Amino acid sequence: MADDKDVLRDVWFGRIPTCFTLHQDEVTEREAEPFYLLLPRVSYLTLVTDKVKKHFQKVMKPDDVEEMWFEYEGTALKWHYPIGLLYDLHASNTALPWSIFVHFKNFPLQDLLHCPSNSVIEAHFMSCIKEADALKHKGAVVNEMQKKDHKQLWMGLQNDKFDQFWAMNRKLMEYPIEERGFRYIPFRIYQPTSDRPFIQKLFRPVSPDGHVHTLGDLLKEMLPAAIPKDNEKKKYQVVIHGIEPMLETPIQWLSEHLSHPDNFLHISIIPAQCD
Amino acid sequence: MPSSLLWAVDVFGRVYSLSPTSQQWDLCKEAQLEIKRITATQQCCWAIACDHQIYLNVYASDVPIRYQEETYENQRWNPMDGFSDRLLPSDRWQWSDVTGLKHQPLDSFRLPSDNWEWEADWYVDENFGGEATEKAGWTYAIDFPASYTKDKKWNSCVRRRRWIRFRRYKARDTWAKVRPREVSSELPGSLPDPFSDISCGGWEITEEPMGLISLWAVTLQGKVWFREDIHHQNPEGSAWVEVQCPGEVVQISCGPGDLVWAVMWEGHLLVREGIGRDCPKGTSWAEVQSPSPEFGAIHVAVGVSVVWAVTKDRKVWFRRGINSHNPCGSGWISMVGEMVMIDVGVNDQVWGISSEDRAVYFRQGVTSSELSGKAWRALTSLRDGDRSSSRSSAGSLASAGCFFSNEVTVQSQGSVPGDMDMEPEGASGGNPDPQEQADASKRRIPKVTSDSFISELVSDREGQPEKHEGTVVAPIPEEEAETEQEVKVAPAVVLSRSPSGRPDHAWSNVDLEEAQGRLAVGCPASDTGDSCSLSSVATYNLDEPYGADDHPIWAWVNGGSCVVDSHSQLNWFNSGVSSAQSMSLSVSPAQTAAWRKQIFEQLSERSKREMENFRHYEQAVEQAVWVKKGTMQWWRDWKPYKWVDVHFALEQFCGTDGNKEGIIFIYYTFNDEKKYLHTFINEVTILVPVLSDSKHTFAIYTPERTKQRWPIRLAVATEQEMHDWLALLSVSCCDSRGIQGPPCKQAIWSVTCKGDIFVSEPTPSLEASPYPMPCDQMYWHQIGGHLRVIECNSLGVVWGIGYDHTAWVYTGGYGGGFFQGLASSTDNIYTQTDTKSVYIYENQRWNPVTGYTNRGLPTDRYMWSDASGLQECTKENTKLPSPQWAWVNDWTVDYNVSGGTDKEGWQYAADFPTSFHGSKTLKDFVRRRRWARKCKLTTTGPWKEVPPIPLSEITTLPCMAASRMEHVPLWAISSKGDVLCRLDVTVQAPAGTSWLHVGTDQPFKSICIGSAHQVWAIARDGSVFYRGSVSPQNPAGDCWYHIPSPPRQKLKQVSVGRTSVYAVDENGNLWFRQGLTPSYPQGSSWEHISTNVRKVSVGPLDQVWIIADKVQGSHSLSCGTVCRRLGVLPMEPKGLSWDYGIGGGWEHITVRGNSTEAPRISMPSMVGGPTPASGAPRGTPPVSIPDVMNGNAVRS
Repeated sequence: MADDKDVLRDVWFGRIPTCFTLHQDEVTEREAEPFYLLLPRVSYLTLVTDKVKKHFQKVMKPDDVEEMWFEYEGTALKWHYPIGLLYDLHASNTALPWSIFVHFKNFPLQDLLHCPSNSVIEAHFMSCIKEADALKHKGAVVNEMQKKDHKQLWMGLQNDKFDQFWAMNRKLMEYPIEERGFRYIPFRIYQPTSDRPFIQKLFRPVSPDGHVHTLGDLLKEMLPAAIPKDNEKKKYQVVIHGIEPMLETPIQWLSEHLSHPDNFLHISIIPAQCD
Repeated sequence: MPSSLLWAVDVFGRVYSLSPTSQQWDLCKEAQLEIKRITATQQCCWAIACDHQIYLNVYASDVPIRYQEETYENQRWNPMDGFSDRLLPSDRWQWSDVTGLKHQPLDSFRLPSDNWEWEADWYVDENFGGEATEKAGWTYAIDFPASYTKDKKWNSCVRRRRWIRFRRYKARDTWAKVRPREVSSELPGSLPDPFSDISCGGWEITEEPMGLISLWAVTLQGKVWFREDIHHQNPEGSAWVEVQCPGEVVQISCGPGDLVWAVMWEGHLLVREGIGRDCPKGTSWAEVQSPSPEFGAIHVAVGVSVVWAVTKDRKVWFRRGINSHNPCGSGWISMVGEMVMIDVGVNDQVWGISSEDRAVYFRQGVTSSELSGKAWRALTSLRDGDRSSSRSSAGSLASAGCFFSNEVTVQSQGSVPGDMDMEPEGASGGNPDPQEQADASKRRIPKVTSDSFISELVSDREGQPEKHEGTVVAPIPEEEAETEQEVKVAPAVVLSRSPSGRPDHAWSNVDLEEAQGRLAVGCPASDTGDSCSLSSVATYNLDEPYGADDHPIWAWVNGGSCVVDSHSQLNWFNSGVSSAQSMSLSVSPAQTAAWRKQIFEQLSERSKREMENFRHYEQAVEQAVWVKKGTMQWWRDWKPYKWVDVHFALEQFCGTDGNKEGIIFIYYTFNDEKKYLHTFINEVTILVPVLSDSKHTFAIYTPERTKQRWPIRLAVATEQEMHDWLALLSVSCCDSRGIQGPPCKQAIWSVTCKGDIFVSEPTPSLEASPYPMPCDQMYWHQIGGHLRVIECNSLGVVWGIGYDHTAWVYTGGYGGGFFQGLASSTDNIYTQTDTKSVYIYENQRWNPVTGYTNRGLPTDRYMWSDASGLQECTKENTKLPSPQWAWVNDWTVDYNVSGGTDKEGWQYAADFPTSFHGSKTLKDFVRRRRWARKCKLTTTGPWKEVPPIPLSEITTLPCMAASRMEHVPLWAISSKGDVLCRLDVTVQAPAGTSWLHVGTDQPFKSICIGSAHQVWAIARDGSVFYRGSVSPQNPAGDCWYHIPSPPRQKLKQVSVGRTSVYAVDENGNLWFRQGLTPSYPQGSSWEHISTNVRKVSVGPLDQVWIIADKVQGSHSLSCGTVCRRLGVLPMEPKGLSWDYGIGGGWEHITVRGNSTEAPRISMPSMVGGPTPASGAPRGTPPVSIPDVMNGNAVRS
């Protein structure tokens, strides 16, 4: 019998094989070989692409190098979204490895945030955790932690240390048994073709009459279109970490097990494959 | 622990019970009569019914209440007839008791009451002090008052034999009337008059005889009576004894301990003094004034060390300063709330019935440090039936229509009891419930339509006012309360009542005798329609129009059997939430839910899709070393041994094979020089927490250190810090060995003397022959929980027993205790509690001037000491075993000491280091007595309680892992010594369903079942028995065969493997049973194997493991060491020598799950013999664990 702990491991150790190619607009001194890398699904692009940067800088003049950014099929990839989410949202059901163009020029300011250093990622990551804990425990857990505990969470993510991260993160996942869940579930629902970046509202894991809320309940409230109507073909795929959990799955369980390290449940709603 | 229930009675005399985990009151269907008051214990429940007689309801249990009657047949030899029943005139009776003084022929034995039955006829006992006698059971002596032997000698002139017969209490789960006829012989002719109040308690005063309780009762005339001799084997007690009081008493309350308070008619209170072990009745009364000067007390409730009272103005009062030295307390404190009555239950928890809404309230926040609690909270639990009727409101509307129709009489009958119970009629079993009664009497009424029905009832009632009154009589104050309520609810009842509220002693009830007579016949459905059933019909009907949504109106509540303490989770306050939580032990539905399965499947598919073909890609994040540091103290390895401050570091990194590796560094300073000590994580074999009162320490063992019996001992500042380190190190060790998740079914389980549970995953090489893996290389990891005994088999059925004899079954989880987060499973972890006693000894020496005093000789032991006398242990300085424990009571004298004690608990001896006996003789110059104090531990672990019978031993059938068994045989011995066989134990539901009692002539202490269903057992007197004809078809077998013990030894424990039978005696000798064959499974003789053995466990491969004492190490002798027998082969079941593993301080081991056989290797050179661990190269695990063996195997 598999254990729920295995889910956490599987989620953490999810990797996306990626092929980085320098965009043709970039000026190089010699031809740039593509660069292949296994990207952790739960991490951030700019955090794990030092090697990519080094690889391509070798063939470029220092003058031609500005801030690095990534593009997939015309979409600039937001570094502040977890990698797994970016892949699920934009490249689900495509052939692997994931082909990403690397740019060093023409930073699309309207689409992307600047990321001058890892401390920016850290600040973003920690603010997500704090926001999530505000929803889950009114911020009580994260505020009780010491500075070094916060650091442990970040270092765990940065260095891909599952145990180090979870030794601390488990505290963020606790809740009083009698309440049967968090106060609110930290979640974000993304659609590839939407003007809004994502949907985020207050949603409780248990209804006032004691009913356990499921993924289906959440979508019914937030994005009814995502749920197939009776006798209708599935129009959308609901993807979390590259899988499609059943709509009957309790949302509390999902939040505990399929949240990203930032403690949010990132749900991608993508058009169903026509096959 | 027996099941826990809160009892309550509503104003209609219906009895309900509520478990702490339930949200619904269950109607006691067995009650054929209206109950007025109720008082409960863990085993039974006493009640006063409307006929003012006392009824006893002994809860059904899988273990019967049996009482052994015995008598002796005496014979004398004469030259003419040989042995015959012709005795000398000076001899004893031909049939007598054991002393010979009392004449006791077989036919003089009578059942004490109708509630008993004989189990079988008389038979001869052929067991003589643990040894089997000749067939006829005779024992011989020279003359009568002499010692008997089982062998006939030339000078044996007399002989006797013992006849035994068991009687069994049969009136269980039913209200059996307690006959008043057994009045104490001291006061012939004085029968207690009808009763008005009852209270039982006193079970904490002494544990002997088992289940002793004190029952106090008040009669309508205000007299107080005490029921004598109520204990487990005599649930009804034997006689009523009047206890003289200074005035008329109206109500009495008896706590679990020695507190008894009573309320007098005038409103003063009486306190019973002098209650103790020798005098449960107490000696005298002391008077305490009512808390309020204007209003007298009307109700009092006492616990172990609390007293609550209610005055006539409904105010609630709490008495300060109560303890067993000062049962009167020191003053009253007025509390919030207005109550009709209050009850104090186990752990001094408090319930009350509010005078405002007549709901049951629970006092929240009562703890041993805050006995008065924090606030009243109403129980919102529904009665059974409430919910169904409110849900089927359409149905009840329809029936309301019927109610007024003239035609549909049948349906109207069916709908009337709808308030209570929507069950189809006749669904209930042999005991007709009030509804049926109601129906029965309704059937008598020819034409039942609503109007005529009610008027007929009312007229019926008016015809018998006295009878009705009999059902509601109570002392005035309560009468008033009831009247108020009933005015609201059932005006018709008040109409029908004669002017009440007058203090008429309903003792004048004329028809009482008659009513009694009818009830005694026990035919509630009698169509004579006695007053009780009629009045119940009336009340139900009158209640009905008010709808089921009206909350119940309670009259009485009792928490005497309701075990609640500060950490209990109560479900009483949120009845709105559906409680679909079925705590079944089979695989929980959430585990098998489709969504969960789907997520697991998809995740592994995802990993395959996204990673399988890309393993050669570079990782984005390089693995680095992760270090965790801390400061600790280390018990230095060399002399002078002492704690020295060290820096501790755990470095973790990824090994070449992907396994996580780690190194422990201990940095210390020696002679101003910085040095360090290191150990590879994969060499650590066990981490043992050693909690003491002064330091939080733990020990790290490696194979080498196990051999030396000298672990790395480390101490940290706080308990929390120790737990964090242990959890981290344990995860690190498990990771390095690839161990994850729950232990496999073949696992070897063990417990330490502290009750910590350890488990080891066996490898095939563990039982390889001839060169097994040395058992000091076994890796043990801890599992949460606290147990004394643990037993398992290879199908994954694991049971344990706590120090308090509670039975626990393994839930399939892992972690718990201090393992949290990743090291613990999310489901299958439950709260576990355990209690045990801490003992100290008070020692005194006699001197000619002052007698026994606490002034000893200078050479004597401490006047307060431990059992050995070497350690000083006073009441004040004796600490809890570890910070995990908490005291639950104060020090008390312990009378349960081997050798017996006098009335004050003293044991005497000539001088200190000798054996003590229970009575003083001339040669005795010293004495001692044992004091005990109970403490309790609360932790969590993958264990679920199996109530209600406390156990002392368990065993389950060892088999091969591949075996298929529908029902797994599991036997146990209860703490009282009953042999039990668990029914319906399966791999899916390892808890089984119920116990089957297997009759024995005497209490047992050890039992074991082998692979071929061979059951061996040992009685408390040391007799060994083999159970015949046990098979899957006949799981309990048919009879016991007495097996002779080894000469001059009393066996204490037995273990049976595939074919081997091993036993341990009280002197620590290990014995092997010779000559076992399939046709003669009892074998022929015992062969001595070894000394210094504490416990033995024989596995399904006939492997023999023991807990050994006095094992030699390089630094010390160690007691309680795990050892394995080497050289055990199919043809050599006795083996050759011992292989020493982890220890000391180990208490129990079971290898009965390990059926992993080693692959047959024909080249012994490959194994290379038992290599010492130091020979293994550093950095490679000494134990390689193939994937098949760890928790992952289950996943695939």
